[in-house]
Amino acid sequence: MAIEVEENRRDFLILATSAFGVAGVAAAAWPFIRSWSPSADVLAQATSEVDISPLQPGQMITVPWQGKPVFVLRRTPEMIASAQKGDSESLPDPAKDADRVKRPELLVLLAVCTHLGCVPQPIGTGDYGGFLCPCHGSHYDTSGRIRKGPAPKNLEVPHYDFKDANTLVIGKALA
Amino acid sequence: MSTIMEWIDKRLPVTELIKSQATEYPTPKNLNYWWNFGSLALTVLIIMIATGLFLAMHYKPDAALAFKSVEHIMRDVNFGWLLRYMHANGATFFFIFVYIHILRGMYYGSYRAPREILWWIGVVIFFMLMGTAFMGYVLPWGQMSYWGAAVITNLMSAIPVVGNDLVIWIWGGFSVADPTLNRFFVLHFLLPLLVFGVVFVHLWALHAVHSNNPVGIDAHDDKDNLPFHPYYTIKDLYGVGVFLIFYCYFVFFAPNAFLEADNYIPANPMQTPAHIVPEWYFLPFYAILRSIDFLGSFSKLAGVIAMVFSIAILFILPFLDRSPVRSFRYRPLSKQLFWIFVANAFVLGWVGYNPPDASLFSGAIPLILIGRTSTAIYFGYFVILWLVTALDIEKPRPVPKCL
Ligand code: HEM
Ligand code: FES
Repeated sequence: MAIEVEENRRDFLILATSAFGVAGVAAAAWPFIRSWSPSADVLAQATSEVDISPLQPGQMITVPWQGKPVFVLRRTPEMIASAQKGDSESLPDPAKDADRVKRPELLVLLAVCTHLGCVPQPIGTGDYGGFLCPCHGSHYDTSGRIRKGPAPKNLEVPHYDFKDANTLVIGKALA
Repeated sequence: MSTIMEWIDKRLPVTELIKSQATEYPTPKNLNYWWNFGSLALTVLIIMIATGLFLAMHYKPDAALAFKSVEHIMRDVNFGWLLRYMHANGATFFFIFVYIHILRGMYYGSYRAPREILWWIGVVIFFMLMGTAFMGYVLPWGQMSYWGAAVITNLMSAIPVVGNDLVIWIWGGFSVADPTLNRFFVLHFLLPLLVFGVVFVHLWALHAVHSNNPVGIDAHDDKDNLPFHPYYTIKDLYGVGVFLIFYCYFVFFAPNAFLEADNYIPANPMQTPAHIVPEWYFLPFYAILRSIDFLGSFSKLAGVIAMVFSIAILFILPFLDRSPVRSFRYRPLSKQLFWIFVANAFVLGWVGYNPPDASLFSGAIPLILIGRTSTAIYFGYFVILWLVTALDIEKPRPVPKCL
Protein backbone atom coordinates (compact mmCIF):
# COMPACT_ATOMS: atom_id res chain seq x y z
CA MET A 1 0.00 0.00 0.00
CA ALA A 2 2.68 2.40 1.02
CA ILE A 3 4.59 1.56 -2.15
CA GLU A 4 1.57 2.41 -4.30
CA VAL A 5 1.29 5.81 -2.66
CA GLU A 6 4.97 6.38 -3.29
CA GLU A 7 4.53 5.51 -6.97
CA ASN A 8 1.62 7.91 -7.40
CA ARG A 9 3.71 10.62 -5.84
CA ARG A 10 6.60 9.83 -8.17
CA ASP A 11 4.33 9.78 -11.24
CA PHE A 12 2.98 13.14 -10.27
CA LEU A 13 6.45 14.60 -9.83
CA ILE A 14 7.61 13.26 -13.17
CA LEU A 15 4.51 14.59 -14.89
CA ALA A 16 4.74 18.00 -13.24
CA THR A 17 8.44 18.32 -14.02
CA SER A 18 7.91 17.31 -17.67
CA ALA A 19 4.97 19.68 -18.09
CA PHE A 20 6.98 22.51 -16.56
CA GLY A 21 9.92 21.71 -18.83
CA VAL A 22 7.80 21.63 -21.96
CA ALA A 23 6.09 24.92 -21.08
CA GLY A 24 9.46 26.48 -20.36
CA VAL A 25 10.95 25.39 -23.66
CA ALA A 26 7.85 26.61 -25.50
CA ALA A 27 8.11 30.00 -23.83
CA ALA A 28 11.82 30.23 -24.55
CA ALA A 29 11.20 29.33 -28.21
CA TRP A 30 8.93 32.31 -28.73
CA PRO A 31 11.65 34.97 -29.10
CA PHE A 32 13.48 32.74 -31.58
CA ILE A 33 10.33 32.22 -33.65
CA ARG A 34 9.42 35.90 -33.54
CA SER A 35 12.90 36.88 -34.72
CA TRP A 36 11.89 35.61 -38.17
CA SER A 37 8.89 37.98 -38.45
CA PRO A 38 9.35 41.26 -40.39
CA SER A 39 11.67 43.54 -38.44
CA ALA A 40 10.94 47.18 -37.61
CA ASP A 41 12.84 48.59 -40.59
CA VAL A 42 10.98 46.29 -42.97
CA LEU A 43 7.67 47.35 -41.44
CA ALA A 44 8.72 51.00 -41.79
CA GLN A 45 8.72 50.78 -45.60
CA ALA A 46 4.95 51.15 -45.41
CA THR A 47 4.17 53.64 -48.18
CA SER A 48 5.42 54.59 -51.64
CA GLU A 49 4.67 57.91 -53.36
CA VAL A 50 4.26 58.02 -57.14
CA ASP A 51 4.00 61.02 -59.48
CA ILE A 52 1.33 59.97 -61.97
CA SER A 53 1.30 63.12 -64.11
CA PRO A 54 3.57 61.76 -66.90
CA LEU A 55 1.39 58.68 -67.44
CA GLN A 56 -0.41 58.81 -70.80
CA PRO A 57 -3.59 56.79 -71.48
CA GLY A 58 -2.62 53.17 -72.07
CA GLN A 59 0.72 53.63 -70.29
CA MET A 60 1.74 51.58 -67.31
CA ILE A 61 4.55 51.79 -64.78
CA THR A 62 5.77 49.33 -62.18
CA VAL A 63 6.66 50.84 -58.83
CA PRO A 64 8.07 49.07 -55.78
CA TRP A 65 6.03 49.05 -52.59
CA GLN A 66 7.23 47.07 -49.57
CA GLY A 67 9.62 45.33 -51.97
CA LYS A 68 6.72 44.16 -54.14
CA PRO A 69 5.85 45.46 -57.60
CA VAL A 70 2.71 47.58 -58.06
CA PHE A 71 1.26 48.26 -61.51
CA VAL A 72 -0.08 51.77 -62.06
CA LEU A 73 -2.00 51.92 -65.35
CA ARG A 74 -3.77 54.90 -66.88
CA ARG A 75 -6.54 53.08 -68.69
CA THR A 76 -7.89 54.08 -72.10
CA PRO A 77 -11.68 54.41 -72.51
CA GLU A 78 -11.64 51.05 -74.33
CA MET A 79 -9.92 49.36 -71.41
CA ILE A 80 -12.47 50.82 -69.01
CA ALA A 81 -15.35 49.74 -71.23
CA SER A 82 -13.95 46.23 -71.50
CA ALA A 83 -13.51 46.04 -67.73
CA GLN A 84 -17.08 47.18 -67.11
CA LYS A 85 -18.38 44.72 -69.67
CA GLY A 86 -16.68 42.02 -67.60
CA ASP A 87 -18.88 42.91 -64.61
CA SER A 88 -21.78 41.00 -66.09
CA GLU A 89 -19.79 37.97 -67.23
CA SER A 90 -19.22 34.89 -65.09
CA LEU A 91 -16.06 35.48 -63.05
CA PRO A 92 -14.09 33.03 -60.88
CA ASP A 93 -13.76 35.75 -58.22
CA PRO A 94 -16.71 38.10 -58.83
CA ALA A 95 -16.03 41.81 -58.36
CA LYS A 96 -17.32 45.02 -59.97
CA ASP A 97 -14.77 47.14 -61.78
CA ALA A 98 -16.13 50.23 -60.02
CA ASP A 99 -15.21 48.71 -56.64
CA ARG A 100 -11.63 48.12 -57.75
CA VAL A 101 -10.72 51.70 -58.74
CA LYS A 102 -10.95 55.11 -57.09
CA ARG A 103 -10.69 56.93 -60.41
CA PRO A 104 -11.95 54.90 -63.40
CA GLU A 105 -8.94 55.85 -65.51
CA LEU A 106 -6.37 54.83 -62.91
CA LEU A 107 -5.88 51.14 -62.14
CA VAL A 108 -3.58 50.33 -59.22
CA LEU A 109 -2.74 46.65 -58.74
CA LEU A 110 -0.43 44.63 -56.59
CA ALA A 111 1.46 42.86 -59.38
CA VAL A 112 1.76 39.59 -57.49
CA CYS A 113 -0.03 36.67 -59.10
CA THR A 114 -2.48 35.15 -56.62
CA HIS A 115 -1.38 31.72 -57.73
CA LEU A 116 2.23 31.47 -56.62
CA GLY A 117 3.46 35.03 -56.60
CA CYS A 118 5.09 35.67 -59.98
CA VAL A 119 4.86 39.13 -61.53
CA PRO A 120 2.37 39.18 -64.42
CA GLN A 121 3.50 40.73 -67.70
CA PRO A 122 2.40 44.26 -68.67
CA ILE A 123 -1.02 45.28 -69.94
CA GLY A 124 -2.06 43.75 -73.26
CA THR A 125 -0.18 40.46 -72.86
CA GLY A 126 -3.10 38.32 -71.70
CA ASP A 127 -6.43 37.32 -73.17
CA TYR A 128 -9.16 39.84 -72.24
CA GLY A 129 -6.67 42.62 -73.03
CA GLY A 130 -5.08 42.37 -69.60
CA PHE A 131 -2.10 40.78 -67.89
CA LEU A 132 -0.62 37.31 -68.42
CA CYS A 133 1.25 35.61 -65.63
CA PRO A 134 4.04 33.69 -67.38
CA CYS A 135 4.67 31.17 -64.65
CA HIS A 136 1.62 28.95 -65.00
CA GLY A 137 -0.55 30.86 -67.45
CA SER A 138 -3.07 32.94 -65.46
CA HIS A 139 -4.93 35.63 -67.44
CA TYR A 140 -6.14 38.79 -65.70
CA ASP A 141 -8.44 41.32 -67.41
CA THR A 142 -8.19 45.13 -67.63
CA SER A 143 -9.53 45.35 -64.10
CA GLY A 144 -6.95 42.84 -62.82
CA ARG A 145 -9.62 40.18 -62.30
CA ILE A 146 -8.68 36.54 -62.83
CA ARG A 147 -10.40 35.17 -65.95
CA LYS A 148 -8.47 32.02 -66.88
CA GLY A 149 -5.73 29.83 -65.43
CA PRO A 150 -4.75 28.42 -62.04
CA ALA A 151 -4.83 31.62 -59.95
CA PRO A 152 -7.74 31.53 -57.51
CA LYS A 153 -8.26 35.26 -56.90
CA ASN A 154 -8.18 38.65 -58.58
CA LEU A 155 -5.00 40.70 -58.38
CA GLU A 156 -5.14 42.54 -55.09
CA VAL A 157 -5.80 46.28 -55.09
CA PRO A 158 -3.48 47.72 -52.45
CA HIS A 159 -4.66 50.44 -50.13
CA TYR A 160 -3.93 53.78 -51.84
CA ASP A 161 -4.85 57.43 -51.71
CA PHE A 162 -4.15 60.66 -53.54
CA LYS A 163 -2.03 63.23 -51.78
CA ASP A 164 -2.93 65.73 -54.50
CA ALA A 165 -4.23 65.48 -58.05
CA ASN A 166 -0.98 64.00 -59.36
CA THR A 167 0.53 62.18 -56.39
CA LEU A 168 -0.49 58.64 -55.60
CA VAL A 169 0.35 57.25 -52.17
CA ILE A 170 0.38 53.45 -52.00
CA GLY A 171 0.00 51.81 -48.62
CA LYS A 172 -0.99 53.07 -45.23
CA ALA A 173 1.45 54.85 -42.96
CA LEU A 174 1.70 53.07 -39.63
CA ALA A 175 0.45 55.21 -36.79
CA MET B 1 52.28 0.73 -32.62
CA SER B 2 50.24 -2.14 -31.18
CA THR B 3 50.95 -1.01 -27.62
CA ILE B 4 49.61 2.45 -28.46
CA MET B 5 46.52 0.86 -29.99
CA GLU B 6 46.08 -1.32 -26.91
CA TRP B 7 46.29 1.73 -24.70
CA ILE B 8 43.63 3.48 -26.75
CA ASP B 9 41.39 0.40 -27.10
CA LYS B 10 41.24 -0.01 -23.35
CA ARG B 11 39.81 3.49 -23.12
CA LEU B 12 37.96 3.78 -26.45
CA PRO B 13 37.43 0.46 -28.27
CA VAL B 14 38.24 1.75 -31.75
CA THR B 15 39.72 -1.46 -33.15
CA GLU B 16 36.69 -3.44 -32.06
CA LEU B 17 34.33 -0.91 -33.72
CA ILE B 18 36.25 -0.87 -36.99
CA LYS B 19 36.37 -4.67 -37.03
CA SER B 20 32.72 -5.29 -36.28
CA GLN B 21 31.23 -2.40 -38.25
CA ALA B 22 33.65 -2.04 -41.16
CA THR B 23 36.39 -4.50 -42.01
CA GLU B 24 34.74 -7.72 -40.83
CA TYR B 25 31.16 -6.49 -41.11
CA PRO B 26 29.29 -9.34 -42.84
CA THR B 27 27.83 -8.28 -46.20
CA PRO B 28 25.78 -10.42 -48.60
CA LYS B 29 28.03 -11.85 -51.27
CA ASN B 30 25.62 -11.25 -54.15
CA LEU B 31 25.18 -7.46 -54.04
CA ASN B 32 25.10 -6.00 -57.55
CA TYR B 33 26.17 -2.55 -58.73
CA TRP B 34 22.89 -0.94 -57.65
CA TRP B 35 24.26 -1.32 -54.12
CA ASN B 36 27.07 1.14 -54.93
CA PHE B 37 24.86 4.20 -54.81
CA GLY B 38 24.72 4.56 -51.04
CA SER B 39 28.46 4.97 -50.74
CA LEU B 40 28.38 7.22 -53.82
CA ALA B 41 25.79 9.48 -52.18
CA LEU B 42 27.99 9.70 -49.08
CA THR B 43 30.98 10.56 -51.28
CA VAL B 44 29.06 13.43 -52.86
CA LEU B 45 27.83 14.62 -49.45
CA ILE B 46 31.44 14.91 -48.34
CA ILE B 47 32.36 16.79 -51.55
CA MET B 48 29.38 19.13 -51.00
CA ILE B 49 30.33 19.89 -47.41
CA ALA B 50 33.97 20.48 -48.31
CA THR B 51 33.31 22.73 -51.31
CA GLY B 52 30.40 24.47 -49.55
CA LEU B 53 32.53 25.31 -46.56
CA PHE B 54 35.16 26.97 -48.74
CA LEU B 55 32.56 28.75 -50.87
CA ALA B 56 31.04 30.14 -47.69
CA MET B 57 34.38 31.79 -46.92
CA HIS B 58 33.95 34.03 -49.99
CA TYR B 59 30.19 34.22 -50.38
CA LYS B 60 28.16 37.14 -48.94
CA PRO B 61 24.59 36.40 -47.88
CA ASP B 62 23.29 39.91 -48.55
CA ALA B 63 20.75 40.77 -51.26
CA ALA B 64 22.93 43.65 -52.44
CA LEU B 65 26.15 41.61 -52.53
CA ALA B 66 25.27 37.96 -53.11
CA PHE B 67 25.22 37.93 -56.92
CA LYS B 68 28.45 39.91 -57.10
CA SER B 69 30.14 37.71 -54.55
CA VAL B 70 29.36 34.60 -56.64
CA GLU B 71 30.87 36.35 -59.68
CA HIS B 72 33.81 37.28 -57.47
CA ILE B 73 34.20 33.60 -56.62
CA MET B 74 34.06 32.75 -60.33
CA ARG B 75 36.52 35.39 -61.54
CA ASP B 76 38.80 36.48 -58.71
CA VAL B 77 39.10 33.79 -56.07
CA ASN B 78 41.87 31.27 -56.78
CA PHE B 79 40.13 28.13 -58.04
CA GLY B 80 36.84 29.73 -57.02
CA TRP B 81 35.36 28.60 -60.33
CA LEU B 82 36.34 25.03 -59.51
CA LEU B 83 34.82 25.12 -56.05
CA ARG B 84 31.57 26.55 -57.40
CA TYR B 85 31.29 24.19 -60.36
CA MET B 86 32.09 21.21 -58.12
CA HIS B 87 29.38 22.35 -55.75
CA ALA B 88 26.73 23.15 -58.36
CA ASN B 89 27.30 19.92 -60.35
CA GLY B 90 27.68 17.94 -57.14
CA ALA B 91 24.04 18.71 -56.38
CA THR B 92 23.05 17.12 -59.68
CA PHE B 93 25.01 13.94 -59.00
CA PHE B 94 23.71 13.83 -55.46
CA PHE B 95 20.15 13.63 -56.74
CA ILE B 96 20.99 11.10 -59.44
CA PHE B 97 22.52 8.85 -56.79
CA VAL B 98 19.75 9.32 -54.27
CA TYR B 99 17.07 8.61 -56.87
CA ILE B 100 18.84 5.42 -57.97
CA HIS B 101 19.40 4.49 -54.33
CA ILE B 102 15.67 4.87 -53.58
CA LEU B 103 14.58 3.02 -56.73
CA ARG B 104 17.00 0.23 -55.87
CA GLY B 105 15.21 -0.10 -52.54
CA MET B 106 11.83 -0.11 -54.26
CA TYR B 107 12.84 -2.82 -56.74
CA TYR B 108 14.48 -5.22 -54.31
CA GLY B 109 11.98 -4.64 -51.50
CA SER B 110 14.55 -3.13 -49.16
CA TYR B 111 11.79 -1.15 -47.44
CA ARG B 112 10.13 -4.36 -46.20
CA ALA B 113 10.41 -5.70 -42.65
CA PRO B 114 12.72 -5.52 -40.80
CA ARG B 115 14.08 -2.45 -42.62
CA GLU B 116 11.17 -0.01 -42.18
CA ILE B 117 13.01 2.39 -39.88
CA LEU B 118 16.08 2.31 -42.09
CA TRP B 119 13.80 3.21 -45.03
CA TRP B 120 12.05 6.00 -43.11
CA ILE B 121 15.34 7.59 -42.13
CA GLY B 122 16.22 7.50 -45.81
CA VAL B 123 13.03 9.35 -46.72
CA VAL B 124 13.78 11.94 -44.02
CA ILE B 125 17.25 12.43 -45.51
CA PHE B 126 15.65 12.90 -48.92
CA PHE B 127 13.35 15.63 -47.59
CA MET B 128 16.30 17.38 -45.92
CA LEU B 129 18.29 17.10 -49.13
CA MET B 130 15.50 18.72 -51.14
CA GLY B 131 15.29 21.58 -48.65
CA THR B 132 19.04 22.03 -48.75
CA ALA B 133 19.24 22.07 -52.54
CA PHE B 134 16.30 24.45 -52.81
CA MET B 135 17.88 26.95 -50.41
CA GLY B 136 21.31 26.56 -51.99
CA TYR B 137 19.90 27.47 -55.37
CA VAL B 138 18.56 30.71 -53.89
CA LEU B 139 22.02 31.83 -52.77
CA PRO B 140 23.50 33.04 -56.11
CA TRP B 141 20.54 35.49 -56.17
CA GLY B 142 19.95 35.35 -59.91
CA GLN B 143 16.55 35.55 -61.56
CA MET B 144 15.89 31.80 -61.25
CA SER B 145 17.08 31.83 -57.64
CA TYR B 146 14.72 34.65 -56.81
CA TRP B 147 11.63 33.45 -58.64
CA GLY B 148 12.13 29.83 -57.70
CA ALA B 149 12.22 30.97 -54.09
CA ALA B 150 9.13 33.16 -54.61
CA VAL B 151 7.05 30.38 -56.17
CA ILE B 152 8.08 27.67 -53.71
CA THR B 153 7.65 29.79 -50.58
CA ASN B 154 4.29 30.94 -51.92
CA LEU B 155 3.17 27.30 -51.89
CA MET B 156 2.91 27.70 -48.13
CA SER B 157 0.19 30.34 -48.59
CA ALA B 158 -2.12 27.53 -49.72
CA ILE B 159 -2.33 26.29 -46.13
CA PRO B 160 -5.74 27.35 -44.79
CA VAL B 161 -6.01 30.09 -42.14
CA VAL B 162 -2.32 30.53 -41.25
CA GLY B 163 -0.84 30.30 -44.77
CA ASN B 164 -0.38 33.98 -45.50
CA ASP B 165 1.12 34.81 -42.12
CA LEU B 166 3.38 31.79 -42.40
CA VAL B 167 4.79 33.02 -45.71
CA ILE B 168 5.47 36.50 -44.31
CA TRP B 169 7.19 34.84 -41.36
CA ILE B 170 9.38 32.74 -43.62
CA TRP B 171 10.25 35.76 -45.76
CA GLY B 172 10.84 38.08 -42.81
CA GLY B 173 9.06 40.73 -44.88
CA PHE B 174 6.42 41.13 -47.53
CA SER B 175 8.36 39.51 -50.34
CA VAL B 176 11.42 37.36 -50.84
CA ALA B 177 14.18 39.78 -49.86
CA ASP B 178 17.37 40.25 -47.89
CA PRO B 179 16.13 38.66 -44.64
CA THR B 180 15.01 35.61 -46.63
CA LEU B 181 18.40 35.24 -48.31
CA ASN B 182 20.25 35.59 -45.03
CA ARG B 183 18.27 32.91 -43.20
CA PHE B 184 18.34 30.58 -46.20
CA PHE B 185 22.13 30.83 -46.19
CA VAL B 186 22.32 29.89 -42.53
CA LEU B 187 19.94 26.96 -43.02
CA HIS B 188 21.77 25.88 -46.18
CA PHE B 189 24.95 25.78 -44.10
CA LEU B 190 23.33 23.94 -41.20
CA LEU B 191 21.12 21.34 -42.91
CA PRO B 192 23.89 19.35 -44.67
CA LEU B 193 25.69 19.00 -41.37
CA LEU B 194 22.48 17.62 -39.87
CA VAL B 195 22.13 15.36 -42.91
CA PHE B 196 25.62 14.07 -42.19
CA GLY B 197 24.49 13.17 -38.68
CA VAL B 198 21.28 11.52 -39.86
CA VAL B 199 23.30 9.49 -42.39
CA PHE B 200 25.04 7.85 -39.44
CA VAL B 201 21.69 7.02 -37.85
CA HIS B 202 20.78 5.55 -41.26
CA LEU B 203 23.95 3.42 -41.14
CA TRP B 204 23.27 2.46 -37.53
CA ALA B 205 19.83 1.19 -38.57
CA LEU B 206 21.46 -0.60 -41.53
CA HIS B 207 24.02 -2.35 -39.38
CA ALA B 208 21.31 -3.44 -36.95
CA VAL B 209 19.35 -5.28 -39.68
CA HIS B 210 22.08 -5.71 -42.34
CA SER B 211 21.91 -5.20 -46.09
CA ASN B 212 19.15 -6.59 -48.22
CA ASN B 213 20.33 -8.21 -51.47
CA PRO B 214 19.07 -8.82 -55.03
CA VAL B 215 17.48 -12.13 -54.08
CA GLY B 216 15.67 -10.47 -51.20
CA ILE B 217 16.01 -13.35 -48.71
CA ASP B 218 17.85 -13.07 -45.39
CA ALA B 219 21.55 -13.87 -45.61
CA HIS B 220 22.20 -16.50 -42.98
CA ASP B 221 25.61 -17.94 -42.46
CA ASP B 222 29.16 -17.43 -43.57
CA LYS B 223 28.35 -18.97 -46.92
CA ASP B 224 26.01 -16.09 -47.73
CA ASN B 225 28.24 -13.28 -46.46
CA LEU B 226 31.61 -11.75 -47.19
CA PRO B 227 33.62 -9.47 -44.94
CA PHE B 228 33.09 -5.87 -46.04
CA HIS B 229 36.83 -5.40 -46.41
CA PRO B 230 38.37 -5.95 -48.90
CA TYR B 231 35.43 -7.14 -51.01
CA TYR B 232 33.16 -4.12 -50.77
CA THR B 233 35.74 -1.47 -49.97
CA ILE B 234 37.29 -2.20 -53.35
CA LYS B 235 33.94 -2.38 -55.12
CA ASP B 236 32.75 0.90 -53.62
CA LEU B 237 36.06 2.56 -54.52
CA TYR B 238 35.68 1.33 -58.09
CA GLY B 239 32.25 3.00 -58.17
CA VAL B 240 33.76 6.23 -56.89
CA GLY B 241 36.32 6.11 -59.70
CA VAL B 242 33.65 5.74 -62.35
CA PHE B 243 31.64 8.54 -60.76
CA LEU B 244 34.65 10.86 -60.74
CA ILE B 245 35.12 10.38 -64.49
CA PHE B 246 31.58 11.56 -65.21
CA TYR B 247 31.72 14.25 -62.56
CA CYS B 248 34.99 15.68 -63.89
CA TYR B 249 33.57 15.69 -67.38
CA PHE B 250 30.77 17.99 -66.28
CA VAL B 251 32.86 20.11 -63.92
CA PHE B 252 35.58 20.77 -66.51
CA PHE B 253 33.86 20.50 -69.89
CA ALA B 254 30.14 21.22 -69.41
CA PRO B 255 29.87 23.03 -66.09
CA ASN B 256 26.72 24.90 -67.03
CA ALA B 257 24.86 21.98 -68.59
CA PHE B 258 22.52 21.76 -65.61
CA LEU B 259 22.44 25.47 -64.76
CA GLU B 260 19.94 27.96 -66.19
CA ALA B 261 21.19 30.89 -68.25
CA ASP B 262 18.63 33.16 -66.55
CA ASN B 263 20.38 32.62 -63.25
CA TYR B 264 23.26 34.73 -64.52
CA ILE B 265 20.87 37.72 -64.54
CA PRO B 266 20.77 39.41 -61.12
CA ALA B 267 17.52 38.94 -59.18
CA ASN B 268 14.88 41.51 -60.08
CA PRO B 269 11.88 41.52 -57.75
CA MET B 270 9.98 43.68 -60.26
CA GLN B 271 10.09 41.25 -63.18
CA THR B 272 9.55 37.51 -63.56
CA PRO B 273 11.38 35.69 -66.40
CA ALA B 274 9.07 34.49 -69.17
CA HIS B 275 9.63 30.83 -68.34
CA ILE B 276 10.71 29.73 -64.92
CA VAL B 277 11.78 26.15 -64.37
CA PRO B 278 13.05 24.49 -61.22
CA GLU B 279 16.29 22.50 -61.22
CA TRP B 280 15.87 19.21 -63.07
CA TYR B 281 15.68 17.15 -59.89
CA PHE B 282 12.46 18.86 -58.81
CA LEU B 283 10.72 18.66 -62.19
CA PRO B 284 8.55 15.55 -61.63
CA PHE B 285 7.20 16.98 -58.38
CA TYR B 286 6.68 20.37 -59.99
CA ALA B 287 4.65 18.66 -62.72
CA ILE B 288 2.45 16.97 -60.09
CA LEU B 289 1.90 20.36 -58.44
CA ARG B 290 0.79 21.95 -61.70
CA SER B 291 -1.35 19.02 -62.82
CA ILE B 292 -3.95 19.55 -60.12
CA ASP B 293 -5.73 22.51 -61.70
CA PHE B 294 -9.28 21.20 -62.07
CA LEU B 295 -10.57 21.74 -58.53
CA GLY B 296 -11.35 25.45 -58.77
CA SER B 297 -10.23 27.51 -55.79
CA PHE B 298 -9.19 24.30 -54.03
CA SER B 299 -6.61 23.52 -56.75
CA LYS B 300 -3.71 25.37 -55.18
CA LEU B 301 -3.96 23.59 -51.84
CA ALA B 302 -4.65 20.25 -53.52
CA GLY B 303 -1.60 20.68 -55.76
CA VAL B 304 0.62 21.35 -52.78
CA ILE B 305 -0.79 18.38 -50.87
CA ALA B 306 -0.30 16.11 -53.89
CA MET B 307 3.29 17.26 -54.27
CA VAL B 308 4.20 16.67 -50.62
CA PHE B 309 2.29 13.40 -50.58
CA SER B 310 4.10 12.15 -53.69
CA ILE B 311 7.20 11.80 -51.53
CA ALA B 312 5.58 11.23 -48.14
CA ILE B 313 3.78 8.19 -49.59
CA LEU B 314 7.17 6.46 -49.42
CA PHE B 315 6.70 6.39 -45.64
CA ILE B 316 3.75 4.00 -45.95
CA LEU B 317 5.19 1.94 -48.80
CA PRO B 318 6.39 -0.77 -46.34
CA PHE B 319 2.76 -1.38 -45.38
CA LEU B 320 1.31 -1.18 -48.87
CA ASP B 321 3.41 -4.02 -50.23
CA ARG B 322 1.87 -7.26 -48.88
CA SER B 323 3.71 -9.76 -51.03
CA PRO B 324 5.34 -12.74 -49.27
CA VAL B 325 8.40 -12.11 -51.47
CA ARG B 326 10.67 -9.05 -51.13
CA SER B 327 12.59 -8.87 -54.38
CA PHE B 328 10.76 -7.91 -57.58
CA ARG B 329 13.11 -10.30 -59.36
CA TYR B 330 10.57 -13.03 -58.52
CA ARG B 331 7.46 -10.86 -58.85
CA PRO B 332 6.43 -10.56 -62.53
CA LEU B 333 3.56 -8.09 -62.03
CA SER B 334 5.34 -5.84 -59.53
CA LYS B 335 8.32 -5.75 -61.86
CA GLN B 336 6.21 -4.43 -64.75
CA LEU B 337 4.53 -1.87 -62.49
CA PHE B 338 7.95 -0.72 -61.34
CA TRP B 339 9.24 -0.05 -64.83
CA ILE B 340 6.04 1.80 -65.73
CA PHE B 341 6.60 3.90 -62.62
CA VAL B 342 10.17 4.70 -63.66
CA ALA B 343 9.25 5.58 -67.26
CA ASN B 344 6.36 7.67 -65.96
CA ALA B 345 8.72 9.65 -63.70
CA PHE B 346 10.61 10.73 -66.83
CA VAL B 347 7.36 11.79 -68.50
CA LEU B 348 6.50 13.84 -65.41
CA GLY B 349 9.92 15.47 -65.55
CA TRP B 350 9.43 16.36 -69.18
CA VAL B 351 5.97 17.82 -68.44
CA GLY B 352 7.45 19.85 -65.59
CA TYR B 353 10.14 21.20 -67.87
CA ASN B 354 7.73 22.55 -70.49
CA PRO B 355 5.54 25.65 -70.16
CA PRO B 356 2.14 24.82 -68.66
CA ASP B 357 0.12 25.76 -71.73
CA ALA B 358 2.27 23.75 -74.18
CA SER B 359 0.85 20.90 -76.23
CA LEU B 360 1.85 17.96 -78.43
CA PHE B 361 1.08 17.61 -82.16
CA SER B 362 0.18 21.31 -82.57
CA GLY B 363 -2.55 21.47 -79.98
CA ALA B 364 -3.99 17.96 -80.35
CA ILE B 365 -2.85 16.83 -76.91
CA PRO B 366 -2.53 19.59 -74.28
CA LEU B 367 0.39 18.98 -71.96
CA ILE B 368 -1.84 19.41 -68.95
CA LEU B 369 -3.71 16.22 -69.90
CA ILE B 370 -0.45 14.28 -70.06
CA GLY B 371 0.51 15.79 -66.71
CA ARG B 372 -2.74 14.70 -65.10
CA THR B 373 -2.48 11.20 -66.55
CA SER B 374 1.11 10.84 -65.38
CA THR B 375 0.20 12.09 -61.92
CA ALA B 376 -2.53 9.44 -61.78
CA ILE B 377 -0.03 6.77 -62.87
CA TYR B 378 2.47 7.95 -60.24
CA PHE B 379 0.00 7.47 -57.38
CA GLY B 380 -1.59 4.52 -59.16
CA TYR B 381 1.66 2.58 -58.75
CA PHE B 382 1.29 2.56 -54.99
CA VAL B 383 -2.42 1.72 -55.04
CA ILE B 384 -2.07 -1.06 -57.61
CA LEU B 385 1.01 -2.52 -55.91
CA TRP B 386 -1.07 -2.72 -52.76
CA LEU B 387 -4.07 -4.31 -54.51
CA VAL B 388 -1.99 -6.78 -56.47
CA THR B 389 -0.22 -8.01 -53.35
CA ALA B 390 -3.02 -7.69 -50.79
CA LEU B 391 -5.48 -9.60 -52.96
CA ASP B 392 -2.86 -12.19 -53.92
CA ILE B 393 -3.32 -11.43 -57.61
CA GLU B 394 0.39 -11.78 -58.20
CA LYS B 395 1.83 -15.29 -58.12
CA PRO B 396 5.52 -14.90 -57.26
CA ARG B 397 8.02 -17.26 -58.86
CA PRO B 398 9.91 -19.65 -56.54
CA VAL B 399 12.62 -17.98 -54.48
CA PRO B 400 16.04 -19.64 -53.84
CA LYS B 401 16.68 -20.94 -50.34
CA CYS B 402 20.12 -19.44 -49.99
CA LEU B 403 22.23 -16.86 -51.80
C1 HEM C 1 23.56 18.36 -49.05
C2 HEM C 1 24.54 19.08 -49.46
C3 HEM C 1 24.41 20.32 -50.31
C4 HEM C 1 23.66 20.54 -51.45
C5 HEM C 1 22.71 19.54 -52.14
C6 HEM C 1 23.90 21.90 -51.88
C7 HEM C 1 23.34 22.50 -53.01
C8 HEM C 1 23.63 23.77 -53.48
C9 HEM C 1 23.17 24.34 -54.72
C10 HEM C 1 22.23 23.64 -55.71
C11 HEM C 1 23.72 25.59 -54.84
C12 HEM C 1 23.54 26.56 -56.01
C13 HEM C 1 24.73 26.44 -56.93
C14 HEM C 1 24.71 27.47 -58.03
O1 HEM C 1 23.80 27.41 -58.86
O2 HEM C 1 25.59 28.32 -58.02
C15 HEM C 1 24.49 25.84 -53.66
C16 HEM C 1 25.17 27.02 -53.40
C17 HEM C 1 25.93 27.28 -52.26
N1 HEM C 1 26.17 26.39 -51.21
FE1 HEM C 1 25.50 24.45 -51.13
N2 HEM C 1 24.80 22.48 -51.02
C18 HEM C 1 25.13 21.56 -50.04
C19 HEM C 1 26.00 21.76 -48.98
C20 HEM C 1 26.57 23.00 -48.62
C21 HEM C 1 27.33 23.27 -47.41
C22 HEM C 1 27.62 22.23 -46.32
C23 HEM C 1 27.72 24.59 -47.44
C24 HEM C 1 28.51 25.41 -46.43
C25 HEM C 1 29.12 24.96 -45.43
C26 HEM C 1 27.23 25.15 -48.68
C27 HEM C 1 27.44 26.47 -49.11
C28 HEM C 1 26.98 27.03 -50.29
C29 HEM C 1 27.26 28.37 -50.73
C30 HEM C 1 28.11 29.41 -49.99
C31 HEM C 1 26.60 28.53 -51.96
C32 HEM C 1 26.57 29.82 -52.83
C33 HEM C 1 27.66 29.85 -53.85
C34 HEM C 1 27.22 29.27 -55.16
O3 HEM C 1 26.14 29.58 -55.64
O4 HEM C 1 27.99 28.48 -55.74
N3 HEM C 1 26.53 24.16 -49.36
N4 HEM C 1 24.43 24.71 -52.83
S1 FES D 1 2.28 32.29 -60.30
FE1 FES D 1 1.02 33.20 -61.77
S2 FES D 1 0.15 31.53 -62.73
FE2 FES D 1 1.33 30.58 -61.19
